[in-house]
Amino acid sequence: MVEVNEQIAIDHGLKKDEYKKICDLLKRTPNITELGVFSAMWNEHCSYKSSRRHLKKLHTKGDQVIQGPGENAGVVDIEDDDAIVFKIESHNHPSFIEPYQGAATGVGGIMRDVFTMGARPVANLNSIHFGSIDHEKTRNLLRGVVKGIGGYGNCIGVPTIAGQTCFDESYNGNILVNAMTLGLVNKNKIFYSKAAGVDKPVIYVGSKTGRDGIHGASMASAIFDDKIEEKKPTVQVGDPFTEKLLLEACLELMAGKSIISIQDMGAAGLTSSSIEMASKGDLGIEIDLTKVPCREENMTPYEIMLSESQERMLIILEAGKEDEAKKIFDKWNLDFAVIGKTTNTKNIELFFENKKVAEIPIDFLAENAPMYDRKWTKTKLPKENKFSKNNFKSLKLSECINKILTDPNIADKEWIWNQYDHTVMGDTIQKPGGNAGVVRVHGTNKAVAAAVDSSATYCHAHPLTGGKQVVCESWRNMISVGAKPIAITNCLNFGNPEKEKNMGEFVECVEGITEASKYLNYPVVSGNVSFYNETKDKGIKPTPSIGGIGLLSDYKQMVTMELKNDGNYLLVIGKTEGHLDQSVFAKNILSNHDGPPPEINLFNEKQNGLSILNLKNKNLIETCHDVSLGGILTAVSKMSIKGNKGVKLFPIEGLVNKFEYFFGEDQGRYIIEIKPENLENVEKMLKKDSIHFDKLGIVESNQITYGSDLKISIDDIKEGYKNWLKKYMVN
Amino acid sequence: MKSSVIIFPGSNCDRDMDVALKKFGFKNKMVWHNDAEIPKSDLIVLPGGFSYGDYLRCGSIAGKSRIIKSVIDFANSGGLVLGICNGFQILTETGLLPGILQQNKYLNFICKNVFVKIKNKENKYFKNIKKEVLELHIAHNEGNYFCSNDELKSIEDNGQIALTYCDNKGNDDEHNNPNGAIKNIAGIFNKDKNILGMMPHPERMIDSFLSGEDGSLFFENLIGSL
Repeated sequence: MVEVNEQIAIDHGLKKDEYKKICDLLKRTPNITELGVFSAMWNEHCSYKSSRRHLKKLHTKGDQVIQGPGENAGVVDIEDDDAIVFKIESHNHPSFIEPYQGAATGVGGIMRDVFTMGARPVANLNSIHFGSIDHEKTRNLLRGVVKGIGGYGNCIGVPTIAGQTCFDESYNGNILVNAMTLGLVNKNKIFYSKAAGVDKPVIYVGSKTGRDGIHGASMASAIFDDKIEEKKPTVQVGDPFTEKLLLEACLELMAGKSIISIQDMGAAGLTSSSIEMASKGDLGIEIDLTKVPCREENMTPYEIMLSESQERMLIILEAGKEDEAKKIFDKWNLDFAVIGKTTNTKNIELFFENKKVAEIPIDFLAENAPMYDRKWTKTKLPKENKFSKNNFKSLKLSECINKILTDPNIADKEWIWNQYDHTVMGDTIQKPGGNAGVVRVHGTNKAVAAAVDSSATYCHAHPLTGGKQVVCESWRNMISVGAKPIAITNCLNFGNPEKEKNMGEFVECVEGITEASKYLNYPVVSGNVSFYNETKDKGIKPTPSIGGIGLLSDYKQMVTMELKNDGNYLLVIGKTEGHLDQSVFAKNILSNHDGPPPEINLFNEKQNGLSILNLKNKNLIETCHDVSLGGILTAVSKMSIKGNKGVKLFPIEGLVNKFEYFFGEDQGRYIIEIKPENLENVEKMLKKDSIHFDKLGIVESNQITYGSDLKISIDDIKEGYKNWLKKYMVN
Repeated sequence: MKSSVIIFPGSNCDRDMDVALKKFGFKNKMVWHNDAEIPKSDLIVLPGGFSYGDYLRCGSIAGKSRIIKSVIDFANSGGLVLGICNGFQILTETGLLPGILQQNKYLNFICKNVFVKIKNKENKYFKNIKKEVLELHIAHNEGNYFCSNDELKSIEDNGQIALTYCDNKGNDDEHNNPNGAIKNIAGIFNKDKNILGMMPHPERMIDSFLSGEDGSLFFENLIGSL
């Protein structure tokens, strides 16, 4: 057996002082298996050592919250006895090395987190970020990731109902793959990971253990260098078929009363799952590694403990229920092995071939894991640009809108979501490509809306504002489909936390998220942190992804974004100041990347959103779309393209010029379509609530017109918008 | 009317099919692949999904499963057997239907609404459907139907082509072929027209809030003609 020393510890990703702390705690040198266990539990991915003290500040409470952060996933109440279990998680590092398997196992992992809690997954979403469209790797990475997400989700038979795809050169060396799953559970039948009781059998179910993924969690806690391809063997390989069987078998077992606790084997495999269960229950655990079903020969205790083979679960059963449970797993042709028991020692004890090969107090691994108060710097609010008339002099509205609609971050993403099964399970009532995906709660009148958002550009310019903005955008997506926003999950993708600037971006984004979610009563109930998204000293832009969910108590009242009927009026809810800094217009048309992101006014945000829900409840809204990237004209164009209807825009009032008005990215705004007979009533209601609104235009013909300044046919803009990505992918 | 939906490990449209059959009045039972017998039925459905992971070849292992002998006996005695998507692949693997389903021409999974033209109404599956063109939904990676020239001739001569991909006006030419299927074939019968395999999913199109409602026409006709 290898003799452990400081260098071996460093090779495991531990710092010198961390290794010293291990030796001090144990009062001896760990053996190699023990070192492996420590390195898996103490890395950033599992221990949250840089982020923990900041995550504590997140707003996680609310009447709707059944389970906040700290479990496999968050749980929220959606009335009656129904609850939604949901979470988003990153699989960035493996997806860059091996896009198909990296993305596929990302989807598999998040679905396990959800069905571990007793919920049947009902919807998948994802947020994926790639490098510049000119970067040599982008196409292949995009193709591989999309195939991987589809390959896994399609096979399991869970619809992928929404998502987000972004391109930016800061992801050239570190793509982001964030996968989110929603599951439906009876709120009285939720399963948790906390072990209870001594001498209870510890059961291993699912796939066999192989050598794949060893040190996956450590890899996810390291920055990349030139030798990254050598890490391919640390990427796990997914088997969606086995996961489908595991899902059905677990749900079948959960229908009975034999499970005390259950946990999926995700990052750091058997190590973290067994330790987390025992730690939460304040117990010890004893495992005989000889009994773990292995796929390969001669696997060592070290390899068995650190393998990240997929589709495996650890269950603590009521004693005496083993045979009953085994029958179910036999039926589904899955491995089932009693590998140990709970103890009162508060130690993890590992045996192999009748010898004790490791013994560590669980406190050392969990509570005593390092926690850092890393240094960080504040990002100052950048100075505003002063654009003059000259900046706009030679610009034409039609050219601008055509250019913006074919911007990679705006153009239609149907090429992607046509490769995801988004209709299986027969309850998808709003498909990808809208404001949010919506699925019915099977067999009821209710529906759940879900969307994922990120705004790296804003977060990069000013993390505090950016953090607030992402939460608000998520909230707006819920409002736009007529859903009451309920809660969010966050996936915090950042660079190297050991750098003060990156750490500052993290801290301030979290602050922004907290402030907005508190104000909007839109609590964070689950999530994860992905640091070290950095290659050769170049980190990504700070990218918190927010997955939001909302509830429609009557799915028939769902709102969509395509224009409906000629003669209807369009109103813009919320004030347009014409903020161009950090907008798509500034970047794409003016080639300007400076200035602050648009300001967030949480009071207006909430008022505007609630007043729209109010109008919807009175059946006064035909269509709704939030105004986001690209401003009003981009939003109108998308609504027109989807509904195949034109708009006559009214002359704008006030001081802003037409470019600022049509392309500014001021926040808290929506465009709604109103029947002429409801106009007076709607205006009255909005005035009563002191909501600012502009009369934007009227739905007519098949062109978008603005006096003599703009006349474009829907067919023309559709062509560029719909086909940009398809063309890019075949080139 | 009684129906049975077979569940293979990896089936994932079994529940959707159960919901659809019951909505239109079938008394449906779910049957496990490892059972030896099928309850008395007027219709057997092989649902969509990824039976046995489809790791070897789509539908091939399901085509050798324990239950399949009863399905074949039932079909050979004239019983109605409907295979959707993976079910269609399984039916070709058992030899109950001619031809094979290859990977889509552009090698991508495709999930979208398509139009299909009903090519033969002299059978229980389409008899009283008034429309000629239906809007249905496809979701598959291997739906590219292929067969030999001899088989194709025999399929055509016997009126075995059930559905072809087309546009909303019924033009079933190469511009309206999503997956490269020979002759735009989306579904075929056996010679006696009691067995139907089709790639589109009518069970996903059974109310106006979903992708469309033309699936309702299919099931309404089916229960009416039994």
